[in-house]
Amino acid sequence: MRQGGEGSAEPSVRLDGVTKRFGDFTAVRDLKVDIPRGQFFTMLGPSGCGKTTTLRMVAGFEEPTEGRVLLDGEDVTDRPAFRRSTNTVFQNYALFPHLSVERNVAFGLQRRKVDKAEIRRRVSDELERVGLAAEAKRRPAQLSGGQQQRVALARALVNRPAVLLLDEPLGALDLKLRKQLQVELKRIQREVGITFVYVTHDQEEALTMSDRIAVMNRGAIEQVADPEAVYERPATTFVAGFIGVSNLMPGEVVSANGAATELRLDAGPTVRTAESGGARRGERAHAVVRPEKLVLRPAGDFADDGRASVEGQVESSLYMGTATQMMVRLADGTRMTVLVPNVDVDARRRLPSPGDPARLSWSDENIHIVREAMA
Amino acid sequence: MAARLRKAGLPYALLIPGLGWLAIFFAIPLLYMLFESLKQGTIDTGFIFNWEFSNYTNALSDFSEQFLRSFEYAGLATLFALIIGYPLAYVIAFRGGRWRNALLLAVIVPFFVTYLIRTLSWETILSDSGFVSDTLRTVGVLSEGGRLLDTTFSVVAGITYNFLPFMILPLYASLERIDPRMLEAGYDLYGRRRDVFLRVTLPLSMPGVVAGTLLTFIPAAGDFINAELLGTPNQYMIGNVIQSRYLEVADYPTAAALSFILMALMLAIVVLWARVAGTEALLGTERERR
Repeated sequence: MRQGGEGSAEPSVRLDGVTKRFGDFTAVRDLKVDIPRGQFFTMLGPSGCGKTTTLRMVAGFEEPTEGRVLLDGEDVTDRPAFRRSTNTVFQNYALFPHLSVERNVAFGLQRRKVDKAEIRRRVSDELERVGLAAEAKRRPAQLSGGQQQRVALARALVNRPAVLLLDEPLGALDLKLRKQLQVELKRIQREVGITFVYVTHDQEEALTMSDRIAVMNRGAIEQVADPEAVYERPATTFVAGFIGVSNLMPGEVVSANGAATELRLDAGPTVRTAESGGARRGERAHAVVRPEKLVLRPAGDFADDGRASVEGQVESSLYMGTATQMMVRLADGTRMTVLVPNVDVDARRRLPSPGDPARLSWSDENIHIVREAMA
Repeated sequence: MAARLRKAGLPYALLIPGLGWLAIFFAIPLLYMLFESLKQGTIDTGFIFNWEFSNYTNALSDFSEQFLRSFEYAGLATLFALIIGYPLAYVIAFRGGRWRNALLLAVIVPFFVTYLIRTLSWETILSDSGFVSDTLRTVGVLSEGGRLLDTTFSVVAGITYNFLPFMILPLYASLERIDPRMLEAGYDLYGRRRDVFLRVTLPLSMPGVVAGTLLTFIPAAGDFINAELLGTPNQYMIGNVIQSRYLEVADYPTAAALSFILMALMLAIVVLWARVAGTEALLGTERERR
C-alpha cells in the first residue's frame, strides 16, 4: 500500500496516535511523529518517560495499545520484529556470547538466506568500517566495552535496515569513549544515510548528535525541534528545565496578542516577548532565560540601556575556570543561575559578592515565555 | 609479616574439614574397596588378598548384559527426561511469571516423599489389575494379555520419573539466566521463532543440558530400585547385580570389582559427553562471566 513513487515524501517512520498501556499505567500517550528519511532523530527524556517503550514499538517488541506504526508509509503495527526493516542496537548490546564477532554480525544476513560469499564480503566490509577487522574471530566477552558497542552497531548496520534504532547505546561507556563514539556514530550515520532513531537521557549527547530532538516526559512529547530550537526556545517548563540549566521566573500573562505577550513576574517587573509560546491572558506561565544570556551588575550600577531587568541578592559565587557561576535570589524567592565569562581580572573584581544586591538584565530576544505543558 | 602468612594460610585451613570428610568417607572406603576387589575366596573359606585381577575380567564377561542394559536404560531415561524436562523448564523460566516459584516447588515436591515409597506406588499404578492397565486394555492400546509392569517400559519410565527433577532444575537455572534481550536481538535480526530457539536459546542453555544430563545419567546408570520394583530379572541392571553380590551371595570381591568397572565406564562416558557437548557451552559461559 505504498503511496507515491520513488523518493516520495513518505516519512521513514510515522507514529500515528500511538498509545501503550501496561495495566493501569500509560507508558506512552497518543504519540504523533513523522521522521523523514535519513534523519538523526533523538528521543530525549528522563527514565520512565516512555522513550524506550516507543522505540520497542517501532522495532516490533511491543504492540501499541492504540494507534499505528508506519515504516515508509506501510502499516507494520501487526508485523513481528523479524518481518520489519528495522534493526536495533540494544542497551548493553545483547551480543550473542556463544558466537564469534563475525558470526554475530552475519546473523541477520544468514537468517535472510543471503548468498554465502556475499555474507562474507559484507561482514568483513562492515567490520572494516567499525575498525574491528582484526577481532573477527573473537568472542564478544573478549572485547572491551567500546569494541562490543561497535560490534553491536556492525551487526545491525550490515543488514542495511531502513531504520536503525539505538537504545542508549553509549550509556555503559565512560565519558571519553562516549565522546569519541558520538563523533563516530554521527560520521557513520552520514555515510550510510540511514534513518537513526536514538534514545537517550543525556541532553548533551542529544544536542551534539541529532538533526531533530523529541523531548519526552511522562509518555508524551513536549517538544519536537532541532537542537538549537530546543535549547534556545524551549516550548515548556519541562523542556527548559531538562535541557541545560534554565532560569524559570514564574508570573502571570497580563496581555497576549499576535504581536507581543506580556508576563508580570512574581518578582516584580513585567517582561515582553514577541512570541506567545501559546500562552493566553490570565494564565500562569514562566519566563525562561539561559544563565549565559544574563548580564549581572551591582544594584546601583544601573545603565539605562532599555533592557528589562530584575533585582535580587547574590547568594553565592563559584569560580569555574572559564566562567564564574553566580546564584542570585529574587524578591519572590526564585533562584537564578548566572554564568559570567571570566574575560579579564578587572571585570571579575567588579562582580558583587555574596550578600550584595545585584541587578540581572537580558535582551528581549533571549527571553521566552513557556507554559507548564503543551496544550 | 606473620599476620600476612596466617592470612595466606587461611583458605587452606578452611579446606581441612571438607578434605577430612572426603578422606574418611570417600577416599578410604574407595581404597578399601579396591583392596577388596583383588581378593580371592568365598565367605565360608575366607578372603585372601592376592592381586586377583581375574575378578575384573570375570565380572565383565559374566555381567556384560547387565552393564549394557544399565547404560541403555540410563541413556533412554536421560533422553526422555530431557524431552519432558526442557519444555517444562522453558515454560517455567520464560512464561512462569508470578507462578514461577510455585511451579518450581511443584517440581521438587515429589522429593518430600521417599524414593522407595514413590517407586512402590508406581508399582501399584502400573500393576496388571490397576486403573492404567485396565483403561489401556479397554481402549485397545494394550493387548488382552499385555502388561505394563515388569517390562522395559516400566523400568525406564520409573527411572525417568525419579530423576526428572535433576534434569529440570539445572535446565531451569541456565534458561532463567538468559537475557530476554538476547532473544529480542534474534527476532530483530530476522530470526523466526525456530531460528531464535535453535541459534540462541538452545546454545545458551547448553550448560544446563550438560549438567542435567549428567545429573540424570550418572545416578540412573547405578540405580537398582526401579528394576527391582518395576521389573523382573530380565530388566535387572548392574546395580541389582552389585546389590545381590554384596547382600545375598556375599561375593564381596566380585561386587567390589563390578563397582569399580561401573565407575570407570561412567567416568569414560562422562568425559566423552562433556567433550562433545560441554566444552563449547562451558567455555562460552566462562568467558561471558569475565
